[in-house]
Amino acid sequence: MSRFWFLLFVAVVPLAGCNRRSQIPAPPAATAYGTAIVVSSGDKQVAPAGASLDLPVTVQVNDAQGNAVAGALVAIEAAPGVICAPPAGLTDASGQFTAQVSLGGQAGHYPLTAVTHDSGGKRVEIKLDELALGYQQVLGQRLNDQYCDRCHNQESTSERVSNYDNLTAKPHPFSEGDTLNKLTDEELTAIVSHGGPALGRSAEMPPWGYTLSSSDIQALIAYIRAVSDPPYQTKGFVYANNR
Amino acid sequence: MRSAWRKIFGDPVRAFGVVSLVALVSLGIAPAKNHFSEWRHYQNAYLRLIRGRADAVTLEKRMDHGVQQIWLPEQGVVDRCTSCHLALKQTSLRDVQEQPFRPHPPIPHSLTEFGCVTCHRGQGPATTVHEAHRSSLAWEEPVLPAKYLQASCGQCHMEALTGTPQLNLGRQLLAREGCVHCHAVEMSDGTIMQGKDDPPPLRHVAEKTTREWIYAWLKDPQAYSPTATMPNFHLSDDAARDVTAFLVAQSTPSSAVASVAAPASATPDTQAGATLYGQSFCASCHAMQNAAGNLVGGDLGPELTKIGTKTNPRWLAAWLRNPAAYDPNTRMPRYRFDDRQIATLLEFLGAKKDDDFLANAHLGDTTPEQVEHGRALVIEYGCASCHEINGVKKPENFAPALSRVGAKRFAQIAFPVGVPHTLPDFIAAKVRDPRAFGPSLKMPQFKLSEQQVDAVTTALLAQTGRGVTKAPIVRAGTLQPTSYQPAGRAGQLMRGLRCLSCHSINGRGGDMAPDLTWEGSAVKREWLVQFLKNPETLRPALIRRMPKFNLTDAEINTLTDYIMTVYQTAAFDRDWSPANPTPTLVETGRQLFYGKYACQSCHIIDSQKDKGYIGPALWSAGARLNAAWIYHWLKDPQALRPGALEPNQHISDDDAKALTAFLSSLKSSNSTPSKNGGGR
Repeated sequence: MSRFWFLLFVAVVPLAGCNRRSQIPAPPAATAYGTAIVVSSGDKQVAPAGASLDLPVTVQVNDAQGNAVAGALVAIEAAPGVICAPPAGLTDASGQFTAQVSLGGQAGHYPLTAVTHDSGGKRVEIKLDELALGYQQVLGQRLNDQYCDRCHNQESTSERVSNYDNLTAKPHPFSEGDTLNKLTDEELTAIVSHGGPALGRSAEMPPWGYTLSSSDIQALIAYIRAVSDPPYQTKGFVYANNR
Repeated sequence: MRSAWRKIFGDPVRAFGVVSLVALVSLGIAPAKNHFSEWRHYQNAYLRLIRGRADAVTLEKRMDHGVQQIWLPEQGVVDRCTSCHLALKQTSLRDVQEQPFRPHPPIPHSLTEFGCVTCHRGQGPATTVHEAHRSSLAWEEPVLPAKYLQASCGQCHMEALTGTPQLNLGRQLLAREGCVHCHAVEMSDGTIMQGKDDPPPLRHVAEKTTREWIYAWLKDPQAYSPTATMPNFHLSDDAARDVTAFLVAQSTPSSAVASVAAPASATPDTQAGATLYGQSFCASCHAMQNAAGNLVGGDLGPELTKIGTKTNPRWLAAWLRNPAAYDPNTRMPRYRFDDRQIATLLEFLGAKKDDDFLANAHLGDTTPEQVEHGRALVIEYGCASCHEINGVKKPENFAPALSRVGAKRFAQIAFPVGVPHTLPDFIAAKVRDPRAFGPSLKMPQFKLSEQQVDAVTTALLAQTGRGVTKAPIVRAGTLQPTSYQPAGRAGQLMRGLRCLSCHSINGRGGDMAPDLTWEGSAVKREWLVQFLKNPETLRPALIRRMPKFNLTDAEINTLTDYIMTVYQTAAFDRDWSPANPTPTLVETGRQLFYGKYACQSCHIIDSQKDKGYIGPALWSAGARLNAAWIYHWLKDPQALRPGALEPNQHISDDDAKALTAFLSSLKSSNSTPSKNGGGR
């Protein structure tokens, strides 16, 4: 009998030594329950694939009267590859739960779901959507920030005053999928390269074809397609132009 | 004997049969292993994927069966990744989301010339998923997570690439946060990274501030200013007290402060100080909290929200008179303030106080033991790596060199509890919270956001030293730092004014203000004289502006002569005139300006009518710019100023001549930018 215990011991010891994963602490138990969950900030952000979002994601749990609930358990569910720190936790005194989110390594939309449970154990959730940009789209984003954003983005910041209001023909924000999705890649390339008059539009959109290279313009279009809302659907087949 | 044989193997015929069967089965192991191999599984899955698609025939024709390999002996690349990653070059599959079948995004390099592990790391020769991507006992080069991928560009590229913002930010942070003062970082082309944060010398620190302030600052620099570069050393109360005692004891009187009389008290007019602060455009470089609690201003100099708590009025007076007398390496220009202006500014800045900051600084009398202990602490923590301190030499190689940290072997790393066993996680954890690796470590706590931690980690992962071993065809260019300095009497003036803190000339200087390399070809002399006398912004929407330095006429003459003579382009003669500006030509130009080229989208000529806020206002373009410059600028802006925002519109010679005639005719001086639409 003692040999059995010895063999068991010999078998278990190496197994115990194998587990080197760090222990993830279990989330604390909820001390209060809400009936609704809303997004405070951090929805619809854009970041390079794999990178952390600029702003943390903050959600708030409310009760039936719309008052913030402190101590409710919130968990963020996301696709594999997304890291939320912390992935779950209790809301603070102002009813808010905040997590740093870094997106997965592949470009595309990353839906997040913030979940809490009401006192009856019913699931209450709110959906967020974050966008990860691939290499080409990050290049396009940089070009957008340098050249396009000054007119195509209505928002002014303290560092950059928007020129949108000063133009007679109002530029389309690049998220305006309803309009921009109707233009083919060829049409977008034409209007960026040769200016508004190429498609019979305003000369206030200047030609960029002599300033930007053709791969720059491709990158810009990749970015415009990525941030489009509703999302852009590719049409037809593109054969390899990747070397 | 025979019976023993029978006992063990039984009937000889049966034994023969058993042995044959065993041999047959063992012969089948290899083909079976091959049949059930992971790459074959993925190749079959790929075939199923493409068969459902409309372009199945083309895709199938392009697919290579069997184990694939990219072999580049010169670079040591043996990559079998393409055995499973079958769609890397098939852009028609770009809607496919699952790996390993996603096409590779377009990048500046060819996949077949660089291979995969050059950028992604991992074990190229492996043919199983785990061995290729993770570290094993024999191999310890796991795949680099996507968020640090730009580190791979940095192995060869020293310069700031447009496609690698995270790597560029990380390298800036290494220089700006002062990391390189303690850690040597040698780039793969042999250049040593230099600090860009100008830590102040402490040789005369007792003149500048008080014991209490030094103590409170040492305890928590970010409590004084959230944007402070100085990291937190987590000193105990006693340690902070003793370091303070030593710093005060080693301080000697400076000639700068000795020559300044005690400042006269100014007229108690608080508005005058704020006005002078605004007129001098101190906010171009210094930030200050406004009433709403937001930081407003530049980040070239320290934040001034609580400056009155910090500085001694007499020291501040000497500093405002001539900053370089106290700190020869400062980026702050010498304004020509008179005594009354200095007194006004002192009044204004002295009122920027927050006594809460000093609330916990109760220091008794200093003892010699405290000073001696403080000195030992200053040496232990390497304070002299950044700051000049009397009697303490700058230590050499104070902290481990980081030149090859991106290729550190696992055997050299001691992972603390809770940190995943990968190199990126180790570096990020160290940058995020150095003291988590042991409370006795000297490395201080830097205040970095998660993005900044990722960026610094990326920049450090790029330090593999592998760029040097690359074949010449794939090796990138080297950095070419320039040490350009303007010469002569004007050069001396320009150094005193610290022009290069904001402007760039011949590849050296700051990027806040326009490049002045060819300023002499661009502007007219009379305009430059007026501008230096009374700078006004040319761009209505710009916040940061050129300060007024209160230069004398003689100084302005010296500067103007130098700029007009030396900073000229060889591309054209500035006195050349493209065309005779007849009234018809001017009118044609006007029509082109407003019609065909819609220049008013970005430029203002008539402040009542035009609203463009992007380019400089042009109502006095004719008085400011030479016609030859305007013409050549219109033809190709980026040829005159690389990176200029204005698009090259491929304007014909005739149109450019007409536009030049029109712009040269604009000489109004009394038009002011309208205040609505965001102007400030």
